Amino acid sequence: MSRMSCDLAIIGGGPSGMAAAVQGAALGLDTILLDEQPAPGGQIYRGIEAVQRARADDLRILGEDYEEGAGLVAAFRDSGAAYEPGSVVWQAVEDGRIGISHGGAARILIAQRILIATGAMERPVPIPGWTLPGVMAAGAAQTLLKANGMVPDTPVVVVGAGPLLYLVATQLARAGVTIAAVLLTGPDIGMSDALKVPGALRAGRTLLKGLAWRNELRGMGVPMIHGVSQPVIEGKAQAEAVSYTVGGTRHRVPAGLVLLHNGIIPNTQLSLGARCKQAWDPGQHCWRPETNEWGATNHARIAVAGDGAGILGARAAACLGRMAALDAAVRLGKLDPAQRDRMASADRAQLATQQSLRGVLDRLFPPAGELLVPIGPEDVVCRCEEVTVAELLDAVAQGCTEANRVKAFTRCGMGPCQGRVCGPIAAEVIARALGQGADRSGQFRVRLPVRPVPLAELAELQS
Amino acid sequence: MGGRAIVVGGGLHGTSTGLHLAQKGLDVLVIEKNSVGRHASGVNAGGVRQLRRHPAEIPLSVAAMDRWLDLDAFLGPDLAAMCEFTGHVGQVAVAETDADMAELVAREAELRALGWAHEELLDQAELRKVAPALAQHCIGGLISRRDGYANPYRTSQAFRLKAQRDGVRFQEGTRVLDLAKLGEGWRVETSAGSFESDVVVNCGGAWGWQIAGMAGEVLPRGHFAASMMVSARVRKFLDPVVIGTGRKLSFKQADNGSVIIGGGILGIPDLDAETADPVAERLVESARTVFDLFPIMRTATIVRCWAGLEALMPDQIPVIGPSRVVSNLWHAFGYSGHGFQLSPIVGSLLADLIVDGKSPLPLEAFRADRFNEDPSAAHPGVAS
Amino acid sequence: MFRRLHELSATVTVFLDDAPLCVAAGETVAAALLIAGVPVFHAAPRYGSPRGPHCMIGNCYDCLVEIDGMPYRQACLTIVADGMRIHRMTEHEASS
Repeated sequence: MSRMSCDLAIIGGGPSGMAAAVQGAALGLDTILLDEQPAPGGQIYRGIEAVQRARADDLRILGEDYEEGAGLVAAFRDSGAAYEPGSVVWQAVEDGRIGISHGGAARILIAQRILIATGAMERPVPIPGWTLPGVMAAGAAQTLLKANGMVPDTPVVVVGAGPLLYLVATQLARAGVTIAAVLLTGPDIGMSDALKVPGALRAGRTLLKGLAWRNELRGMGVPMIHGVSQPVIEGKAQAEAVSYTVGGTRHRVPAGLVLLHNGIIPNTQLSLGARCKQAWDPGQHCWRPETNEWGATNHARIAVAGDGAGILGARAAACLGRMAALDAAVRLGKLDPAQRDRMASADRAQLATQQSLRGVLDRLFPPAGELLVPIGPEDVVCRCEEVTVAELLDAVAQGCTEANRVKAFTRCGMGPCQGRVCGPIAAEVIARALGQGADRSGQFRVRLPVRPVPLAELAELQS
Repeated sequence: MGGRAIVVGGGLHGTSTGLHLAQKGLDVLVIEKNSVGRHASGVNAGGVRQLRRHPAEIPLSVAAMDRWLDLDAFLGPDLAAMCEFTGHVGQVAVAETDADMAELVAREAELRALGWAHEELLDQAELRKVAPALAQHCIGGLISRRDGYANPYRTSQAFRLKAQRDGVRFQEGTRVLDLAKLGEGWRVETSAGSFESDVVVNCGGAWGWQIAGMAGEVLPRGHFAASMMVSARVRKFLDPVVIGTGRKLSFKQADNGSVIIGGGILGIPDLDAETADPVAERLVESARTVFDLFPIMRTATIVRCWAGLEALMPDQIPVIGPSRVVSNLWHAFGYSGHGFQLSPIVGSLLADLIVDGKSPLPLEAFRADRFNEDPSAAHPGVAS
Repeated sequence: MFRRLHELSATVTVFLDDAPLCVAAGETVAAALLIAGVPVFHAAPRYGSPRGPHCMIGNCYDCLVEIDGMPYRQACLTIVADGMRIHRMTEHEASS
């Protein structure tokens, strides 16, 4: 029998969700964690139980940050919180109703408090050829490695910007993958450059880690090319090569798999669908839900924690998850605010550290501007509906000067992804056309279902 | 005539009225509180329908259909294409039971008695020919063959662009706050300052009552939210639009293969936030109706839903015509969920009425003074 | 495009476009197809462009396949099961 109600419903099985579940259960809240994955860990700790159980050798490839997740996953399994894997959440409503699809059946669960902990997604990288088979987000290669112990067996070219690029390339190289090139749009950053950023000394360990990855790649002979511009993926039916400009000349490197990355951004679909107020974060160049330090939004029953509330990383996510659970307990009368504040003091301190660290990383690794906005008329903005830059520009020229008008005019954002991938791109195209900031373009309105639902499931909806 | 007109509301009816007044030589400003086509005009199901209209609307609907079927002449070829209008595919009311069929038979007879022949009865064999994907148990139907569908938002923009070509100015993001008589004309107070005009036309849609109220006129304030579901693409299986008779359904398959399912399933309106939300639990009935009527939809996937704000009049037909309490104020709002198809014609009739003093088609049934003795009572139309 | 770092242990049999395929128990349909050397999962509905998995975490909707008669299933969010019938959606769904 599926649960139809609970005190605290947590959506997402990553560090913030798991930490919240552990804390919520410990405080006596009737807690359910809904996870669309089959096992806990979210993306950052994806597959960690299977790795520990059957592929422990891979831990050396994946690194110590990954291994850190094992303790949290074990604590979650022991917490007494109910766990519902394989559950796709397609709506969260301000009155506490959550729409869930599981095992071919859909139902509405009513929660006293909803914690949206769906984390982040990779910023789309809409360079020419980005929709070809054989082109993936860098995190996709990580997912295949973590969840399936699979690695590319064809030359890989990694393109983009951001610290995750170094990590993914390092992990793949350790696994014996041939990396034909790492093409970085930014300059090469050494320790002396890093230290020029205010606050860098406090971020020392993290910076050293990133530099260590870069040096490891160098040591393994992986070609790293900085200052790259105008990357283009070539190929007819799938990716075959990447061409790019550096130092004023055009180059071409053959590839069987191309991995793209330009930072990560909060996944705002559920919070947008719940009509939570959103704010533009200029430092991270992205939208995120407006939350206080406890994750509370403008709706009484909804909180957001973890990277879904703003990119701060896994450690901060766990702190925010716990704090959101503490706050939920206060709201449900199981804790008073003074107790909550006392119990949160360690997390608050850790959070402050993580926030200043993130500030340093954001200054060192801003998103690559050139990779944000496609400019070729035939470049694809909306993957689902195959809407091009030219069509968006035509819509703007006809007076559709905001995201939803462009969507209604061109169908951009009307496909199965409901704008989660093309939204940021469309905003940049509109912004560039109008000579204004991306935030002025607005966000797509999101309504149920945040994920497609079979009509057959709706016909038998349990509520 | 010369003279100035201000149209309140940039939906299809406001835009259509604006362009027709401009074509008659007036200086026209359309004031829109959000953006053109933001509400009912842009978020309806897109049906271009003569079928099963209230008898008072039929003459208007037939004349409107003439215009839809010659959009090139009305808008110019490029803007006509923008609407993505498909005509001559028909709208069919389907009968599942003898009671349904009896209702359709009576309807056809009623129209024939009124002199209209555009709604034709279909027996089971003919229904099967027109819509082979309908379930076996369906016994007949009523078809209006000229009918079809269009893209509502693109149509709204096409009308706006045409109006702009005809010299109409649009002021978006501007809210009308008050209407004050200035001699025989008006001073319109807005969030962007005041504007003067000789004539004001109230095309305020679900907020039409509010605009009327500013001029001291009490008109019904009902509204509702109609919700729609859209599926991922299915290989083309249906040409006409199908509407339910005994149960709520409006069902069409767009040219790109997606299926748009509506028919009066209510969402939750939020007039203050000026938006509306679909409700998952209310879609259950609609999903089951779809399965009963179109077995091919059993493997369909719903990709998105939306709900739009519509005005609702007590008798479900709009207010069209002069204000009953003050001069030089005209109304065209309250289409109660079926104003889309009428948009090419009402603006024209209203412009004729305003400038020439008479409309070529009868508008008596839509007069503003037809409501109850106590005009301050809000219609018990649905709040949620 | 991909290879395994470890030997297959537990397996199940699925059917890909009606042909039997031995896959690792517990992995996603997307991973199973990739390791079987299948780069194209579906054709984008408007122009039929070939598409395969891009994000692997359920955001891009380019890993769409038909599973046990239901189209538009995300292969990266579906775990393989013995006897599962998988069809790639490489024919245009719409007629135009």
